[in-house]
Amino acid sequence: MAKGVKPRVKVPKTAAAGEVITIKTLISHKMESGVRKDGDGNVIPRSIINRFVADFNGQNVIDVTLQPAISTNPYFQFDAMVPEAGEFKFTWYDDDGSVYETSKKIKIA
Amino acid sequence: MDFTRRNILALGSGAFAVVTFTGMPAFASKTDDAIAAFTGGADVTEGGIDLTAPEIAENGNTVPVAVSAPGALSIMLLATGNPTPSVATFNFGPLAGARRGSTRIRLSKTQDVVAIAKMEDGTFYRASATVKVTIGGCGG
Repeated sequence: MAKGVKPRVKVPKTAAAGEVITIKTLISHKMESGVRKDGDGNVIPRSIINRFVADFNGQNVIDVTLQPAISTNPYFQFDAMVPEAGEFKFTWYDDDGSVYETSKKIKIA
Repeated sequence: MDFTRRNILALGSGAFAVVTFTGMPAFASKTDDAIAAFTGGADVTEGGIDLTAPEIAENGNTVPVAVSAPGALSIMLLATGNPTPSVATFNFGPLAGARRGSTRIRLSKTQDVVAIAKMEDGTFYRASATVKVTIGGCGG
């Protein structure tokens, strides 16, 4: 597992049924591109998050494939439809096989 | 063979010409390959996508980019001038509120950012934006 990986997600606490809300996610990760070289001229091996998935109550919202050209601390902003109260689940997949997860509940107001 | 000053200069400029002539099409074809892999060789129509990128990016390490394409199933982002043109692919699920996403990308130099959208009816649309990069973001 890469060091210091911390997911942060911003989801409104409440929404009206059927409302479209904006979600912002950020995960701290160095996203080593595999192109950079260290002081001795050796290529630093690639180590990135290669996939990000957001689900709501088991239904998919967005599924993003990431390449090395995504910046350090990958940030995403997207819209989701909230048909009912439930839980958003966010999953990041690392090159080294680690999976980082976080979830946020949302109520219907 | 004697390497006179003149010979060396001629060799040098020749090599330079070869590099510039082969270098650019190599990047272009990588982009075309990535587009072909995404579309499966289908025709791509210009327009239909809203691609927002800054005109000038001071730092190529984090360039904010937003794409939006109503009715898209997935949107692929490409940076034509990067060593690897692929950037990201957004696949929208049934609960996607709008077919849009934004993220931050790395750009190695001044170049075109291209977005290709796959629509629900199987057609493909394309949009591009030129971004001037002051400091490249690929560690080079």
